[in-house]
Amino acid sequence: MKSLLSDLEIGQNAKIVKVIGNGAVRRRMIDMGIVPGTVVKMERYAPLGDPFQIKLKGCHLSLRKEEAETVVIEALGGTGR
Amino acid sequence: MSSKKITIALAGNPNSGKTTLFNILTGARQHVGNYPGVTVERKEGRIKHDGYDIKIIDLPGTYGLTAYSPDELVARNVLLEEELDLVVDVVDASNLERNLYLTMQLKELEIPMVLAVNMADYAEANGITINYDLLAQLIGIPVVRVVATKGEGLDDLLDLITHKEKENIPEKTVRYKIEIEEAIARIEEMLNSDLNLEIFDAVKKDSSRLEKYPSRWLAIKLLEEDKEVTEKAQSISKMAGLLDQVKKDRESIELDAGDDLENLIAEGRYAYIRGACQEAVKIVELNKASKTERIDKVLLNRITGLPIFFFVMWLLFQLTFALGNPIVEYLEDLVALAGVAASNALSPGLLNSLISDGIIGGVGGVVVFLPVILLLFLGIAILEATGYMSRAAFLMDKIMHKVGLHGKSFVPMLIGFGCTIPAIMATRTLENPKDRLVTMLVTPLMSCGAKLPVYTLLIAAFFPNHMAGNILFSIYIIGILLALIMAKVFRTWLVPGESEPFVMELPVYRMPKLKSVAIQMWERAWLYLRKAGTIILAFAIVVWALFTFPMVDSQGMNYASATEQMENSYAGRLGKTIEPVIAPIGFEWKTGVALIAGFAAKEIVVSTMATLYSMGDADSVLEGGTAEAKSFAQLTREQSGFNQLTAFVLMLFILIYVPCMATIAVIKNETNSWRWPIFTIGYTVSLAWVVCFVVYQGGMFLGIGV
Repeated sequence: MKSLLSDLEIGQNAKIVKVIGNGAVRRRMIDMGIVPGTVVKMERYAPLGDPFQIKLKGCHLSLRKEEAETVVIEALGGTGR
Repeated sequence: MSSKKITIALAGNPNSGKTTLFNILTGARQHVGNYPGVTVERKEGRIKHDGYDIKIIDLPGTYGLTAYSPDELVARNVLLEEELDLVVDVVDASNLERNLYLTMQLKELEIPMVLAVNMADYAEANGITINYDLLAQLIGIPVVRVVATKGEGLDDLLDLITHKEKENIPEKTVRYKIEIEEAIARIEEMLNSDLNLEIFDAVKKDSSRLEKYPSRWLAIKLLEEDKEVTEKAQSISKMAGLLDQVKKDRESIELDAGDDLENLIAEGRYAYIRGACQEAVKIVELNKASKTERIDKVLLNRITGLPIFFFVMWLLFQLTFALGNPIVEYLEDLVALAGVAASNALSPGLLNSLISDGIIGGVGGVVVFLPVILLLFLGIAILEATGYMSRAAFLMDKIMHKVGLHGKSFVPMLIGFGCTIPAIMATRTLENPKDRLVTMLVTPLMSCGAKLPVYTLLIAAFFPNHMAGNILFSIYIIGILLALIMAKVFRTWLVPGESEPFVMELPVYRMPKLKSVAIQMWERAWLYLRKAGTIILAFAIVVWALFTFPMVDSQGMNYASATEQMENSYAGRLGKTIEPVIAPIGFEWKTGVALIAGFAAKEIVVSTMATLYSMGDADSVLEGGTAEAKSFAQLTREQSGFNQLTAFVLMLFILIYVPCMATIAVIKNETNSWRWPIFTIGYTVSLAWVVCFVVYQGGMFLGIGV
């Protein structure tokens, strides 16, 4: 099922399908490895609810909700917390 | 024997240990400057190896080579414009896939390269095994295993740098989808053919020098719609036909693939990297959370994350100011002693006053800040080296993003409560120049430590004890609110535009290396002394002159008292000139003079008022006990004619108006122009006046505090 990275629950894995949006934000995402085909795991939200921390290709990244909303994913289920 | 000279550049992702490697290789043989026109640091160092004299340029750490950020642009321009013999690409062994993305972009520039796979020990301990020889064969770049912090692999790396011809590495290039490759070939051909000479002629005039860039790289950049390359091409009229071709190719490829070309090219690079990594890298998933993950469970936890963050900030504050201020006070005493000694040694007169008050005071004003700057940068260097700085940004971003800033802006603004000078310098941790500028502009509104004694005295003089705490607190809160409002205003109208993406790496926690921390600390301090120091000294002499001249009245007679001399000095006259402007906010000319003196340093406001109102020596009051303070408060009440409202408005004005001259000098230094320090003076004075006008007139109208 396709959804957005911002909807992913903590502990869940997903595969990136597409990165929409443009400009500096998308460029940065590409540079950081947020590209189609990559598996991401939602790790946690910041204590104030935003930004998010994700794990991808073995490293930890943070991104804001508005940025995560531009990433289309396919949920893979997860290991839970 | 004369040694052969070669120039190399160090490139790599942030957190790849690039700077550590640079520091280990070059040691103290470093030179730090700025790239022209931008505030990106340029670091160069030298090392001798095997009869070679190697000049190393440490490029800013970047994830890519696009024209989006100044760091990336600077890195790219060095790679394209300077005659480099070799590029050493430093990659993090634990994050090979992501790090190699930059490598692929570097490779397209067709400069000889060496890949230094750094922090290999950490990767090995975490189940990652890399076949270096195979990797080299697969990506067509010599590869060397390095652990910079332990000095492992450095000789191998230097051997590769100096004897690259010995390597037996095949030529390899990223190959994209067939349609993209066809388009690249078409554009390359057009670039290389008849156009080339004409382009060469055209660009000689506008110095954009497209002709010497690799044609494959140019073709890819044109297809990617790279901002800088496209703009340069558009400025050359002969390229119009080529640009049409680029547009046609791009549109047809995008239509076929249903995705845009920039994405497709990026995917091509990643696909190539994935293929190489699958063969050359073996990863054994360790079935336990890494050390970093376990630490983050506590430090970024929903409940414990923020309390720990505030505790860390408190520690940073204590380290800087609780440890630094006694040293500052000691230095201040030394400066005062030097002033007295100089004054006694020289015969009385103008030269005596210039040296003992103007120059020694000015130099002293520079030197006394050094301990807090050193300690703050020690703290920040540790926070950055351990990896906690990114976590701080992660925790605070929600609040800072609301006013258009980045999570990282929080730390400099907090430091501003101690001293604005190191706070301005701490904005160096911000990558985005707009965020950095706005943070710099609003940080002076965070009430600094030097303003506190002024508030204390005014509160003691005009407010009963039970109100004192609330009044002081309200001043600080007003400062914070104004800083947030002005940040929003500046980010909306002064430097509008997309805010810095927050897509940010949360690096692995590491123990900081003493040598790197010490080098960083020293660089900052030296930059402050050398650049800001001279400006502060000049300002100090100007302020001294304003208060010293004229020394005698029009008949050539000495003034009867210090009060009378100050009243007739240029500063005094200036105070009288501006009286009509400050009258609507409840100040008379004497207050104006004190505020002019406050440009030198906020502490001086009190002593100037003391002289003007003939209240005696305010220094003894500032350092003395409560008895003196009480008498000073009483004198202020009796002599100044202030009421509670004027006292409060004066505190507000001191909170908001021009930061001290040392801050102005540092802003000049950090922005590389006079534009922003002058803007800072202008906006803070206007804002102070407007806020004070509203409060004073409002208070008068409502009859509060009069």
